[in-house]
Amino acid sequence: MSKKHFSWGKVYLALVFIILYAPIVYLVVFSFSAGKTMEKYHGFSFQHYADLFADSRMITIVINTMIVALLASLIATIVGTMGALLIKGSHRKWRNALLSLNNVLMVSPDVIIGASFLIFFTMLGVRLGFASVLLSHIAFCIPIVVLMVLPKLNELSPTLVDAAYDLGASRWQSLSRVVLPAIAPGIFAGYFMALTYSLDDFAVTFFVTGNGFSTLSVEIYSRARQGINLEINALSTLMFIVSLLLVIGYYFISKHAGRRNRIVTVKEGDAQ
Amino acid sequence: MRQKAFFAVPYALWIILFVVAPLVLIFYQSFFNIDGQFTLGNYANYLTSSVYLKMTVDSVWYAFLITLVTLVISYPTAYVLNRLPNKQFWLLLVILPTWINLLLKTYAFIGLFSQAGTINQFLRFVGLGSHQLLFTDASFMFVAAYIEIPFMVLPIFNSLAEINPSLINASKDLGANDWQTFTKVIWPLSLPGVKAGIQAVFIPSLSLFMITRLIGGNRVITLGTAIEEHFLTTQNWGMGSTIGVILILAMFIVMAVTGDRRKKKGGVRR
Repeated sequence: MSKKHFSWGKVYLALVFIILYAPIVYLVVFSFSAGKTMEKYHGFSFQHYADLFADSRMITIVINTMIVALLASLIATIVGTMGALLIKGSHRKWRNALLSLNNVLMVSPDVIIGASFLIFFTMLGVRLGFASVLLSHIAFCIPIVVLMVLPKLNELSPTLVDAAYDLGASRWQSLSRVVLPAIAPGIFAGYFMALTYSLDDFAVTFFVTGNGFSTLSVEIYSRARQGINLEINALSTLMFIVSLLLVIGYYFISKHAGRRNRIVTVKEGDAQ
Repeated sequence: MRQKAFFAVPYALWIILFVVAPLVLIFYQSFFNIDGQFTLGNYANYLTSSVYLKMTVDSVWYAFLITLVTLVISYPTAYVLNRLPNKQFWLLLVILPTWINLLLKTYAFIGLFSQAGTINQFLRFVGLGSHQLLFTDASFMFVAAYIEIPFMVLPIFNSLAEINPSLINASKDLGANDWQTFTKVIWPLSLPGVKAGIQAVFIPSLSLFMITRLIGGNRVITLGTAIEEHFLTTQNWGMGSTIGVILILAMFIVMAVTGDRRKKKGGVRR
C-alpha cells in the first residue's frame, strides 16, 4: 500500500465533489439567511422556516406528495413482487418478453410516459387529479420493484422450495414461510426505490396532474418560474434531511442484503 | 396453477393498461390533427417543416454535447474512485445528490447563475466582470451535465470494478506502459459501462424540458420541450404525439447503438 498524501486524482475528485455539493450547500445556507434573495447573506434567521410552516397551501401539497408516494410505492411493491414471481415462474421464452415489457417504462423518457398517460386517462374519462397521479406513480414504480426483487428470487435455491413441499407445505405456506422471507431484502429495497422515484418525479406528474391537485415537484417548478423565494430553500433543507434519512435507510437494507449475498458467494466459492 | 393465475392478474393488467396501451395510444394519436380528423398531415408537416427538423437536429446535437461533457467529467471520476480505499462509501457520496429533488437542484442554479448571484460575485472579485450566465446555452448544458454525472459515474465505476487486477498486472509485466495499459486493457474492458452510461444520459437529455425552461430560458427547444408545449400549451396532441413517436424512434436507435444492456439500479428519471 503506497500512502501518497497528494495526487492529482484526488484533487480532481475533490473538485468534482465540490461541484456536486455546492448547489445543495448553497440552498441550505441561504435558507437561514434573513434576506430575501440568494445573493447576499443577511445574518441567521429561521424566518423562512416560519413562513414555510405558515404556508397552508404548501403544507397541503407536502401531505399530498407524501400520501401519493407512500400509497403508490406500497401498491407498486405488492404488484411488482407478484410480477417478479410471475416472471421467475414463467417459461424461458415468455420470460424475456415479459422482462422487455417490464423495462419499457424504465427506459422511456418521462415526457413520453407523461404524454401517453395523459391520452390514456383522457380516453378513459379519468378525471385528472389525485387518482390519475396516483395511478401513474404506481405504474412507473412497478418495474423498479420487479428489477429489485428478481435477483433475490434468482438467488433463492430451488431445493429450498422443494424441501418445503417435501415437508408437506402447501403452496401458500411455501410462499409465505420460505420464498417471501428469503426475498424480503429485495422487496424492501424495491419499496425504498419506488418511494424515491415517486417523491422525485416531476415530468410525469406535470402531465397528468390537472388543475386542482399538485405535488411538491410541480409546485416548486411553478414557484421557481416566478423567481427566487427563500421559502423554497427552507423546504429544500427539510427535503434534503428526508432524503438523507431515506439513503441511510436504504444503505442499511442493501448492506444487510449484501452481507447475505457475500455469505452465499463465499459458500459457492468454497464448494468449487 | 390457480396460484399462478392469481399472481398474473395484477401484473398482466399493468402491462396491458400502462405499458402497451399508452404506447399504442400515442402512436394512434399521432395520426389525428387538432380537429380530431384522421390524417398523415402531422408526419408530412414534421418532415417538411424546417422548424421541426432543425429542432430535432439541435436537440440531438445538444444531447450529444451534454453526454460528451458528462462522459469527460465522469470517466476520470469513476477511475479515481475505483482506486480509493472505502470506494463504496465514496461512490455513495457521488450518488447521494440524485436522491435530492431534481427541481431543487435546478432551482439552486437559478440563484448561483443570476446577474448578482454567487458566480458573478466571484467573477467580479477576480476581476473578470459579471456576465449573463442564466438563459445561455452553456448554462443549460452545465446544469444538464451536473444532473447526469452520477448516472454516468455509476455504470463506469461498476465496469471498472469488475476488471480483474491480474489483467492489469499482466499487461505491465509484458512491458506496457501506463498509457498502453489504459488504452489496450482498461478502456476496452470498461466499454460496456461507458455504453450503459451514454444510454442513461443521452435519452433523458433528448427529452429534458424543465431545465430548458428554468435555466435555458426557452432558447433551447428539445424534443421533450416541444412535446410538452404541444400537449399542455397549444393542445395539439396529434403533433405532440408525432414528435413523441420520433423520440421513441430516437430512443430505439440509441439503445441499438449502445447495445442491449438493461439499466442498472438507480436509472435515470425525469
